[in-house]
Amino acid sequence: MARMMYRDAIRNTIFQEMQRDERVVVLGEDVAGGMGTAGGPEAIGGIWSTSTGFYEAFGPDRVIDTPISESAIMGAAGGLALAGKRPVAEIMFADFIGVCMDQLWNQIAKFRYMFGGKSICPAVIRMPVGAGYNAAAQHSQMISQFVTNMPGIKVAMPATPADACGLLRQAIRDDDPVVFLEHKFLYGMKGEVPDDPDFTIPFGHARLARAGQDVTIVATGMMVGYAETAADDLAQDGIGCDVIDLRTTSPLDEEAILDSVEVTGRAVIVDEAPPRCSLATDISSLIAQKAFASLRAPVEMVTPPHTPVPFARELESAYLPSPAKIAAAVRKSLEYR
Amino acid sequence: MQLNREALTRAYRQMKLIREFEERLHEEIQTGEIAGFTHLYSGQEAVAVGVCEHLTERDKIVSTHRGHGHCLAKGCDLGGMMKEIWGSQEGLCNGKGGSMHIADIDKGMLGANGIVGAGAPIAVGAAISSKIDGPDADGKLAVSIAFSGDGACNQGTTFEAMNLAVVTKAPAIFVFENNHYSEHTGVDYAVGTNKDIASRAEAFGMKVWRADGTDFFAVHDTFREVLEYVRVPGNGPAAVEFDTERFFGHFEGDPQRYRGDGELDRLRAERDCLKIFRASVTGAKLLEDVDLDAIDTESLKAIEDAVAASRAAARPQPENVLENVYISY
Repeated sequence: MARMMYRDAIRNTIFQEMQRDERVVVLGEDVAGGMGTAGGPEAIGGIWSTSTGFYEAFGPDRVIDTPISESAIMGAAGGLALAGKRPVAEIMFADFIGVCMDQLWNQIAKFRYMFGGKSICPAVIRMPVGAGYNAAAQHSQMISQFVTNMPGIKVAMPATPADACGLLRQAIRDDDPVVFLEHKFLYGMKGEVPDDPDFTIPFGHARLARAGQDVTIVATGMMVGYAETAADDLAQDGIGCDVIDLRTTSPLDEEAILDSVEVTGRAVIVDEAPPRCSLATDISSLIAQKAFASLRAPVEMVTPPHTPVPFARELESAYLPSPAKIAAAVRKSLEYR
Repeated sequence: MQLNREALTRAYRQMKLIREFEERLHEEIQTGEIAGFTHLYSGQEAVAVGVCEHLTERDKIVSTHRGHGHCLAKGCDLGGMMKEIWGSQEGLCNGKGGSMHIADIDKGMLGANGIVGAGAPIAVGAAISSKIDGPDADGKLAVSIAFSGDGACNQGTTFEAMNLAVVTKAPAIFVFENNHYSEHTGVDYAVGTNKDIASRAEAFGMKVWRADGTDFFAVHDTFREVLEYVRVPGNGPAAVEFDTERFFGHFEGDPQRYRGDGELDRLRAERDCLKIFRASVTGAKLLEDVDLDAIDTESLKAIEDAVAASRAAARPQPENVLENVYISY
């Protein structure tokens, strides 16, 4: 085990996979960075520092620094995948998904199905998501709800450095397209990461981050840490919470959610996306359909309000879920008759 | 014109098969037996065949919603295509794709496409892959072709793809088939400035060619030059614009009110690439009418067989709807 930051877990994993498999290539805006400037390649090394040193190690054929053109990046990732490569594309901010939605939604997601299963499309699309940096409404969004709604795309949302490594390695080796949602606010998070160069985490298997008998909390990405903090605080008052980190939203580990709710009878769903037609409503619906008899209180959702992400510090704090809001939702659930 | 008898025969057979494939679809669609949207390629056969005759299975193509000609020219199985258009479980895509999404990865056919302008970035990805693989023993790169129409030349994806191809020096070839109509709107209106698509590609820093797309020999000879250029490592992409004609509507069922009086009759009489080909090869005494007539008969028979097989082919079952979403879940 080595202790490292979430961003380094991502960088190391891609680097190791590029060494292991020459079909793995990275592409995106500034993934080398500095191309065509006096500073030269690697002057930047990726704005998230997740590809620093790649250009020097693998050269321009496998570290493809692209112009600012998300549709071309996304489409080229699809073409590379159809032609036998294993592209790892970076969309610098997940918010830019709007620019390249067609190439993701109508192309990459559908090749395998439309072609009758006669092709694979092993493309990984990394998209940094989420709020917390006062970057306002066009650089802070959670887009899990869009991509989870796309049949054909697998969606991973790592909450820890170890999961960032294991899920990303799985994504790169997977024959299906994977949208990999890295939370920007987690890049600096430190944690233990297994040294095993074949450490992978299979998709569709949730992680039990905390165990408790009283309430089930379901979360993803940055929200997992908030839920754990809330669970730790509630434990001081003798309240036990199951905190389920979904890890992947497609495929979804329904069993982990339903098994927990059958024991606790109470569920709090934490989601960073706006609440309408979201992961939160989807999981609430799942519980209502398949665990109704176990419920002892209405399902609670902790989400932002249905607004764009605001800019000012006070507003962004008010917007985002927090450990305190999650704890309050747990108490509300417990107070229900 | 440097083709031998065998090559000329093969080219005519391919063009004729595409023509008959589509003429038959045009009839069958009116009976209601074929579901969904179908966009016919008739009139443009010289482009698909003149381009694809030069390609090997290592070379990739990405097609459009008007893709039957490109698929057949690239070697997709005729029977499998017909069954796919019939929606059969035995179709090339198990009835999941239909006319607009036929693909055959093993043949280097990376998909027709239901979205105008969507294919170009995918072709560039495949071209980058080819560049990574490097040249063959003869020092030549495999290439990747993006077929686009005059409609797609106005899509931002096409612009992004051209620029990315230039930046990465990818061996991509943008083949623009200007059939003068983007859906129901004329090229004189929809393509701004000087109405010239090739000059747009030129503006991205590419070498470009232009040729008459109704003349197989013009397409074939021009494309040979394009290909020789792009196969050289380091040269990067190129573009070519072919002026061509479409004999049917944008989609089957399109009443074509935008056509001028007598326009279609005039096109069929004067701008039919098959007639032009026949006149050219018989005039030069390279092939006789009797040879070409024999190919006509043979082609009709092949289409007849494919239609009969499609009618008899297995239909998908409801449980098939769940297959092929993911590899392993």
